[in-house]
This record gives sequence, structure tokens and C-alpha cells, in this order.
Amino acid sequence: MTGLLHVAAGLGAVREVVPARAQMATTLGFHIILACFGIALPTIVLIAEYIGLKRSDAVAMTLARRWSQALGVLVAVGAVTGTVLSFEMGLLWPGLMRRYGAVIGLPFSLEGIFFFLEAIFTAIYLYGWRRLRPWAHFWSGIPIAVSGIFGALAVMAANSWMNQPGGFTMRAGRVVSVDPLKVFFNRAAAYEMPHMLLAAYLVAGFGVASVYAVGFLRGRRDHYHRLGFAIPFVLAAALTPVEFVVGDTAARAIATDQPVKFAAMEYVTHTTRDAPEYLGGVYANGHVYAGLRIPDLDSLLVGFSTHTKVIGLDSVAPADRPPVPSLIHLAFDVMVGLGSLSIVPLLWLLVAWWRRRSLPRQRWFWLLSAAAGPAAVVAMECGWIVTEVGRQPWVVYKLLTTAQAATTNGGVIATLTAIIVLYAVLGIATILILRGLSRRWRHGDEQAVAVPYGPPRQPMTVEAR
Amino acid sequence: MTVEIVGAILLLVLTLYAILGGADFGGGLWDLLAGRAEAGRAPRALIDDAITPVWESNHMWLIFALVIFWTAFPSAFAAVMTVAAVPLWLSVLGIVLRGAGFAFRKEVDGLGSQRLLGATFAISSLLTPFFMGTVVGAVAAGKVSLDAEHSTLTAWTDPTSILVGCLFVAVCAYQAAVLLIGEAARRRDGNLERYFRRRATIAGTVAGALSLAALVALRNADAVVYHRLTGRALPLVVLAGVCGVAVIVLLVSGGSRGLRVLSAAGVAAVVWGWGIAQYPTLLPGTGLTLTGGSAPHATLVGVIVVTIVAVALVIPAFVLLFSLHGRQLLDPDAPPSIPR
Repeated sequence: MTGLLHVAAGLGAVREVVPARAQMATTLGFHIILACFGIALPTIVLIAEYIGLKRSDAVAMTLARRWSQALGVLVAVGAVTGTVLSFEMGLLWPGLMRRYGAVIGLPFSLEGIFFFLEAIFTAIYLYGWRRLRPWAHFWSGIPIAVSGIFGALAVMAANSWMNQPGGFTMRAGRVVSVDPLKVFFNRAAAYEMPHMLLAAYLVAGFGVASVYAVGFLRGRRDHYHRLGFAIPFVLAAALTPVEFVVGDTAARAIATDQPVKFAAMEYVTHTTRDAPEYLGGVYANGHVYAGLRIPDLDSLLVGFSTHTKVIGLDSVAPADRPPVPSLIHLAFDVMVGLGSLSIVPLLWLLVAWWRRRSLPRQRWFWLLSAAAGPAAVVAMECGWIVTEVGRQPWVVYKLLTTAQAATTNGGVIATLTAIIVLYAVLGIATILILRGLSRRWRHGDEQAVAVPYGPPRQPMTVEAR
Repeated sequence: MTVEIVGAILLLVLTLYAILGGADFGGGLWDLLAGRAEAGRAPRALIDDAITPVWESNHMWLIFALVIFWTAFPSAFAAVMTVAAVPLWLSVLGIVLRGAGFAFRKEVDGLGSQRLLGATFAISSLLTPFFMGTVVGAVAAGKVSLDAEHSTLTAWTDPTSILVGCLFVAVCAYQAAVLLIGEAARRRDGNLERYFRRRATIAGTVAGALSLAALVALRNADAVVYHRLTGRALPLVVLAGVCGVAVIVLLVSGGSRGLRVLSAAGVAAVVWGWGIAQYPTLLPGTGLTLTGGSAPHATLVGVIVVTIVAVALVIPAFVLLFSLHGRQLLDPDAPPSIPR
């Protein structure tokens, strides 16, 4: 009877893994978009405010003020969805925390400091528009941008540690000593940290720019729309080539650090030299269907020689391979494809600037730029699918499986359902509110808006008291 | 020694969350009870003005407490998260609804949807501290076992947990009312000051009664913690009582100097009394001690270093935020009570 109960408990644990993963994916996938704006939007706002103050450009000041209003909404929602994730670390993955909480907690506690600073200075910046002196107000925004960057690095330290765990010793299933620096600067941190940080800037930069690209396509081509497009777009486009190099380096490092993940990313069915590259295609039962096969290219990309040996999925038992290689491979292809495409508007912009000292006029450029924002979000989400699904069945690579980490409590399906409904409402509400803000701005009645998370109605005017 | 320092840091963070975050939750409660749209306009505007710029920063203490808890005491964290999963999920739900309701309520058009979001904010301000309180009650009453694989309903629905849940709500309401007296006074709004003075008196009395009731319930649930609470932690229990009585006297007599400090000291005395009564046990009812359940030495040192850095960076930032807010240089949306 006891034996039977144990089996039942074991089955229960396995049963909760799938909904627990789905819930983590939903909440993380949602939060990460807000996090990108939280990390990178402050820089964009500050650039606009700097231009506004330096050149006494009222339009730039208006942009800075309005963007900070949107930032206020996004940060408020992000604070809430970030809290959900903190609770989920324990509520969904008590096995992970029990075993490795003492290790993975260190980068998270460091992140806590930066979250604090971000929240405090965001409040000062948002509510200080009217009554702080202009340059004092500008400087109150700098800590937001800086702590956003360091907070992102701390979170990525935790995630990269899960991919390349190190900096601790275990005895009898317990962590007995920890080397904090080696935890923080683990092997994967070197490529994961810059990759995600740049991704955040691309998402926020292209995201904001695409709003003004749409406006441009609808015929709104004044100084306001040009500047609103140019500031975030130039920032993001300039970082695109850097991200390209960092991403390429990361992929090559993963071929060494996590060969099975890489095998799923590139459909390397068996360990081989002269490994082919597949574009697209579906993987089933050890075969790739309908993909475009380029002979030897994968080996060439991994080791700069077609003879490079690439480790395949067959190197480990089926139970140790990530599920659904098709999802991982297609997500990887989409990320790389979109990342490569985003070079196009940059080159276009450079050519137009070189020839005429102005933004391109062709409709296609603006269509591409309008699509760049959503595309950056899709690429970033695909990247997370690759790294997270690709690490399965492990939660801590080669040390702890996701099933061992999952909660033994039943009923995750209930919280998953509740979260999906809640986040759908939250997502729709956030979009409606941002659209509402933009509508009011266009009608010029921002003075009448009471924004709980934004700057006041009559910015930059001295109040008669 | 290291582990005691980390334990003290965790208690300190919890104290700050109880004082700062608690007042924000209580604001939601008074918003809920402020009556119909017209009658409740003035108190709601004051509440909104008082907590809008600071609630996100105050909320961060919770994140910090969670992270320190799981980093320094991972097995106890996992056990609490397993046994008390239900009230914790309900707290999470409350946090999401509260933040979203608060952030969005003034953004939407139309009184109907504003009311809906306002009510969401207010009701979740009531439920979140209640459920968090039941979790603390479950821990104090020794209902969290280390090897539990499932959440148990009885862990957080026994009298101690329910009473501690109610106590949390009352303490939040009490602190918010005390804070709002000061905010009203600064705006020279005598009506609102009297309004919150009445409410602070009621909430303070209820909180005092609930503390005594929780103490009695704890005697049945966990004799060890009860005896330490009335033994070595007695000075703090007495301090909490003295602070509470002093606040009530001030409230009734119309004094306002030291109100906020005294009420905060009372809350801090309760939190530290609980901590000292538990020491050296990490989870009452189990054999787990602070030392036995702690992370390796280097991790604890890491937590202490992070805390020192946090104090060096975050405290000055907080002082700046609160002083700018206090000098009314931060301006959420200029409520009618500000003289123009």
C-alpha cells in the first residue's frame, strides 16, 4: 500500500511538470517583454530629454515626457508580473529551490538591489517632471537606466548558471560550499548576458520606432514623428550588427557547452563531420522532413571547417534529449532569420543618410520599420524557447531534471488556467491603455488626463502658488 | 553568528515591508470603505496621492524578503511554498489584481469601469495581507512540516492562522490611517485628519484585540513559541503594547507628534518578538534550526554583502524619494486638497 502511494505520488509529480512548465513559460514570456522595456526604454527617454534640454527642442521634451508616461504603465505592470515569477520559483519549483536555492539565490539577491533602485528612481523621475529643475530631473533618470542594465545582468547570471552550473560543491545531495563569483560569472554568462541585454534594447528601440513608422505611413511626417522614429530606431539599428556577432558566438559556444541543445537547434540527428545545415523542416523519428538542406554548412559554422565534428541527438539516450526538436529548431531559425533581416533597414538608413542627409522616403522602408518592433519581440521570444526548451529535460543542466524540481502539489492546471485568463486580461488592458494614451496625445488633451503612473498634466510649467 | 545576522536581516526586511508595504495595503482598505463615489472622493484622493509614488518601491521589500528567504534558508522556503501553496497563490492573485487595478483605474474612461478597477484594487488590498497573514500564522503555529509533499488546508485554516490573517489586515488598516492623518495634516485638511483619526482609533483597537486573541490561540497551537513569547520575548511584547496604548492615547487626545514613529515601533516590536520567540528554531514544529537549515557560509556572507550594498545604495535613494514626496516635489496628479 505504501509502495503504491509512492508510485502514485511519483506519477503526480510527473503529471504536474507539463502544466508547471506551461505556466512558467506563459508568465516568463509575458514578463520578459515588459522587462525589455523596463531595461532599455529609460535610455531612450533620457536621450530624448537630453536632446530636448541641450537644443531647447520642445518636441524632444514632449517625446521624453510621453514616453516616460508609457514607461510608467509598463513598469507598474512589470513590477506585478515580476513578483509572480518570484513566487513561482518556490510555488512551481520547490525542488529547485530546496536543492540549489543557496546558489541561484545569490544573483537574484543582487538583482533585488537594482530592482529597488529602478523602482525608486522611476517614481522620482515620473512624478518629478513638473517640480524638479530640468537638469536635476534628467539626472534622476540616469540611475533607472543603469540599474536596469545591471538588474538584467543579474537575472541573466541566474539563467546562464542553470545552463552552465558551477561555483559550488555538493555532498550527500546538499550544497556545502559556494563560490559566489564563479556562480555569477559562469561559463554561459559571457554570451547570455550581452545577448539578452542587447535583445532588450532591440525590442524597446524597434518597438517604439515602429509606432512612429506606422504614423509615418499614415501620413504623419512632422518633426515630432521623425524624431520619435529616429531616436529609438538609430539606437536599435546601430546595435543590430553587434547582436548578430554576439548571437553567432553564443550559438558556437552552445555547440560546445550544451551539444544536445545545439543538436536540436540544428537538427543534427547523429554525431558526424560534414554536418548539413537545415533551414526550416520538421523533425520526426530521427528524420528531417521538408527542410532546405545545405550540405556541410553546419560544420563550417561551428568550427570554420566542413570537417568539424558536430555532436548529434543520438549521443544521449532518448530520455535525455529535449522534447519537440522541431519547436526548438524552428524557433532558432525564426530568431536568426529575423535578426539577419533587421540589418536591411539599417543599411537602407545609412544609404539614405549618405546620399541625402535624410530619412528614407520609400514606402518599403517604413513598412519594414513598422514590422521591426513586433519582429524583435518574436525573435526574442524564440530565443527564450530555444534556450529553455532546449535545456530540457534539465532545469539545472545535467544536475537536476525539471520533473525533480516541480512541485508535488496537485492542481497546477487550476493555477495555469487562472494565470492564462488573468494575463490575457492584463495584456489587453495594457495595450488598450497605451492606445488610449496615444489617442489623447494626438488630440492634444493630455492636460486633462489623470495618469496615476505618469507625469502630471502641465509639465514644465511653474505652478502659481 | 553569520546565520544569526542573516536571520536578523530577513526580520528587518520583513519589518520594513510590514511598515511601508502594510500602509499601502491599508490604504486600499480605506478606499474600499470610503463609501459612494461622491462621499468618498476626498479620502480616496488623499489615499491615492499618498501611495501612488511610493507603492512600487515599498513593494520591493517583499521581493527582497522572498529572495533572502530562499537563498539563505532554501529547505524551509521550499517547505513553506509547498504546504502553504494555496494561500500563497491567493496572495499572488491579490498582488496582480491590486497592482493592475491601481495602475489602470484612472486610465480607463467612464465611472463604471473606474469603479470596477477601483473595487478590484480595494478588495485585493484586503485579501492579500489576509492570506499572507495565514501563511505566517501557519509557520508560527508549527504547521509547516519539512517533508510535506502536498499543501494542507488545515495548516492555514486553524484559529491561529485565521487570527494572524485578520491581524495583518487590521495592522495594515491601522498604519495606513496613521499615515493618512499626517498626510491630511500636511495639507491642512482638518476634516480628513479627523476622518482618519477616528478610523485609526478603531483599527488600532481592533488590531490590539486581535493580537491578544492570536496570542491565546498560539498557546494552544504551539506551546514552545508561546512560552518564549511570554518569556524571553516579553520585553518586546510589552513594548508593542505600550506603543499601541500610547498611539491610542495620542489619537484620542488629538496629538499628532510621534504618531507614525510610535505605530511603526509597535509593529516592529511584534515582528521582532515573533522572531526572537522562534529563535533558534527556523520552522516551529520541526527540528530545523537556523543553523541546520541555512545555506553554506559563503552564501550567507554573500547575502550580508548584498545587504550592505543595498543599505548603502537603496536607503539614500529611499530617503531621497520620501523627502521629495514629503516636500511635495513629486506630484502624481495634484488632488483637490492641494492649495493652489
